[in-house]
Amino acid sequence: MTRSSRPSAWKLLRHNHIAFFGLCLFLLVTVIALVAPILPLSAPNDTAPAERLLRPLSEGRLLGTDHLGRDLLSRLIWGARVSISVGLSATLIASVIGSALGLIAGFAGGRTDNVLMRGVDMLMAFPYILLALAIVAALGPGLSNALYAIALVNIPFFARNIRGVTLSLTRRDFVDAARLSGKGPVRILLTEILPNVAPIIVITMSTTLGWMILETAGLSFLGLGAQPPQADLGAMLGEGRKLLFTAPHVSVIPGLMIFALVMSVNLIGDGVRDVLDPKLKSGSLTRPSAMTEVQSADAKSSPAPDISATQDALAVRNLQTEFLVGTDIYKAVGGVSFELGKGECLGLVGESGSGKSVTAMSLLRLAPTPPGRIVSGQIWRSGEDLLSFPLHRIQALRGGEIAYIFQDPLSSLHPLFSVGAQVAEAIQAHQPYSHREAWRAAVSLLEQVRLPNAASIAHSYPHELSGGMRQRVCIAMALANHPQIIVADEPTTALDVTVQAQVLKLMNQQRKQNEAAALLFITHDFGVVSEICDRVAVMYAGRIVEVGAAGEVLNKPAHPYTRLLINCVPIPGRNQDRLPAIPGSPPAVNNLPAGCAFADRCPFAEGDCRNGDIRLRPLGENRFARCIKPLWKTAP
Amino acid sequence: MWSYIAKRLLFVIPVLFGMTAIVFLIMAMIPGDPATAILGAYATPENIARINRQLGLNHSLFEQYLIWLGHILQGDLGRSYSLNRPVLDEVLERFSATLTLAGASFLLCSLFGLLAGIVSAARQFSWTDRVITLLVLIGISTPSFWLGLLLILVFAVELQWLPASGMNAIYGGGDIQDLLSHLALPAITLAVIATGVIARLTRGAMLEVLRQDYIRTARAKGLNERRVIYRHAFKAALVAIIPVLGIQAGFVLGGAVYIETVFQWPGIGRMLVQAIATRDILLAQGGVLVVATSYVLFNLAADVAQHRLDPRLTS
Repeated sequence: MTRSSRPSAWKLLRHNHIAFFGLCLFLLVTVIALVAPILPLSAPNDTAPAERLLRPLSEGRLLGTDHLGRDLLSRLIWGARVSISVGLSATLIASVIGSALGLIAGFAGGRTDNVLMRGVDMLMAFPYILLALAIVAALGPGLSNALYAIALVNIPFFARNIRGVTLSLTRRDFVDAARLSGKGPVRILLTEILPNVAPIIVITMSTTLGWMILETAGLSFLGLGAQPPQADLGAMLGEGRKLLFTAPHVSVIPGLMIFALVMSVNLIGDGVRDVLDPKLKSGSLTRPSAMTEVQSADAKSSPAPDISATQDALAVRNLQTEFLVGTDIYKAVGGVSFELGKGECLGLVGESGSGKSVTAMSLLRLAPTPPGRIVSGQIWRSGEDLLSFPLHRIQALRGGEIAYIFQDPLSSLHPLFSVGAQVAEAIQAHQPYSHREAWRAAVSLLEQVRLPNAASIAHSYPHELSGGMRQRVCIAMALANHPQIIVADEPTTALDVTVQAQVLKLMNQQRKQNEAAALLFITHDFGVVSEICDRVAVMYAGRIVEVGAAGEVLNKPAHPYTRLLINCVPIPGRNQDRLPAIPGSPPAVNNLPAGCAFADRCPFAEGDCRNGDIRLRPLGENRFARCIKPLWKTAP
Repeated sequence: MWSYIAKRLLFVIPVLFGMTAIVFLIMAMIPGDPATAILGAYATPENIARINRQLGLNHSLFEQYLIWLGHILQGDLGRSYSLNRPVLDEVLERFSATLTLAGASFLLCSLFGLLAGIVSAARQFSWTDRVITLLVLIGISTPSFWLGLLLILVFAVELQWLPASGMNAIYGGGDIQDLLSHLALPAITLAVIATGVIARLTRGAMLEVLRQDYIRTARAKGLNERRVIYRHAFKAALVAIIPVLGIQAGFVLGGAVYIETVFQWPGIGRMLVQAIATRDILLAQGGVLVVATSYVLFNLAADVAQHRLDPRLTS
């Protein structure tokens, strides 16, 4: 467990207003219930036949009386006392026994695990209210028996949860280390595993406490739990039910109390879960919306005169995409400009985290919002700025004029639809085809990307295909509507080396067949660039640091970063003991240094490199570098 | 697929046997002497011995179990002494009433739970999401037996729109409309908690799925949001949701105990409470066994549905 920069658990809970409200409510009820004996109340079981069924707000009887003239407020408070203590005891019993079972089963594994978990499965094979009922029947009605029954039926929840976590912990290195250091199994269990399982136990406790209060009240309501004359919320409800039509308050009031109690516990439970299990914290589990939000001042401004009329397929101007995580702003794309000519292949190269993928995603607003948003820039196509488009126009472009191919074909394909259906769907999204026509077109697309037996492969699911075949399916999907631009985001990175070459060749062929679609090819691999790219743009820390014709940049890099990156490409046939790596790591884009972002890793950096903004400087025809000390300078 | 279903069915058999053992053991622990319960406190020892022989109580516990099990396998659950009729007849009659109630509830909670969860996830952090989250929290915190009473007070007593209890009108009932009007309040009451649980889970599962790469692919294809959410995301989320639907089917079956008591529904839950109160062991055993068996079958159905949906699970 790392305790890095996260604030303390209590602080987090305190700042979760809803959970804090629940905690206050629960504490309030608990404190009142605890001090019940010293409160100026009549005893909960004192009958007063003369004052039967008084309505709430009667004199001296704030909540009225029941059919025996007993004071409802007093019974309510004493009843809450019972419910809280019963709920807590049941939770404690269930968590201790269940956690012990789970720890032992998960840690011992093998036969012990098998036997224990079979037993737990057996208990879970019953609807658990029914099981509780049967157990109470066997033990006989009574509050403590109801408590045992509820605790017993909740043991499986704990056992299952804890076993799962224990099992995964048992295989971790620190447990092996403890074993090797000679600790016995019991000590390992108590000193190494238990502390790490504890949060899960607490989460399970806080989420089941509400249920247990509810279920014990339910058993009392049926007359199987607390017995008269004991003041218990469930039993009060059960007795009051007979007077529902004449004196509804007798049953409504205790029910309200149960509700408030369970609700406060559930609120706390949600808060505790959020605090202890950061993965589940509602804030971090966000869904990306249909398109990236644009908060750009210049997005809707008048068209830039020179660009809108050009013959380029796409022209990007000063694109800035940020990610807002907590209070930090990550400038993933910090002002990127480039043109993509018709039929051209432009390589966008950089290390991971350089912003190349986010740039590609931003073009059709596929960068996830939240946390991402485009804060500046324009994306010109046919005289219009794509960033000013409403969703339906973006959707018309997506997969139509502009198609994407993603990095990992397995995670990018839907696991539950056949690949044929997924290709056919891409066609139908843009063309008025019937299902049958679309399927036929899909099969011929699959043939076109050289999948053998396309007609039968169309019926397979992604997991049944190899990586290369899957990526061919993705390429078929991208080609479905004869795109003018294909954006390929590291399409070969997740594939085997031998398959990489085939897929690359296929993409290049297909692109040229299809009325020469332009290709924006994102990669970290200069080897790939040399094979298919016409031009290349090198990205570092969210900005383009060098642009030029692919051959020129490869042979004669101007930016020190480009050269170091090229040196990282292994050369076949040459015996290299170790590949040179660029020392250091890229700067965090939430805290970029002034001046050149590469200065700290650059062997040639000087004082001036760390001052002010460094522009992309022309070095020749269509050749630019963002460096004040380029490796070469054109003769003037 | 069929071989999988056959395999799962085979796997169910030991579970059912284990269940009979548990049910029998629990019921055998019930304190009190059935013979005394039948004959009253002033029974002669001879009569008690005779009843014990009739009920098979003179055998050892294990023999009693085997005898009972043998009878069960022949479709004989014994005879209820308190009702003086075969347990199987009574249980099946009551169980069909419970299935009607639980089935209606299950439809309600699945429909509204799934819908609320999907909408909530699709519009995360919106006001719709917040309202749904609040309603869900209220739903899962409400004691169903209390909610039933409130609904009776409002809709049966104050507004007089719907009947407060029973399954059919005493006079002139029996048609479907009559049944539905009697069904409305208990079915809604029973569905509330399960709806909340399903909505919560669906929201979480949808949020998890919506972050996946294949959703980005669906969007990159140019699909509209409705198709992305309801076809691509929901189908994937359903794989995680289906087992919980199975569990909720069991919850609704079990929770029917309270609701049947509140609404005087002639179902198996109320029968069980009565059987326990009168120490009618055979009736209680039979009832628990039938409900538990149906629960196992529901979970089996959920399992099969999950495997049908997700081709990765069978291969």
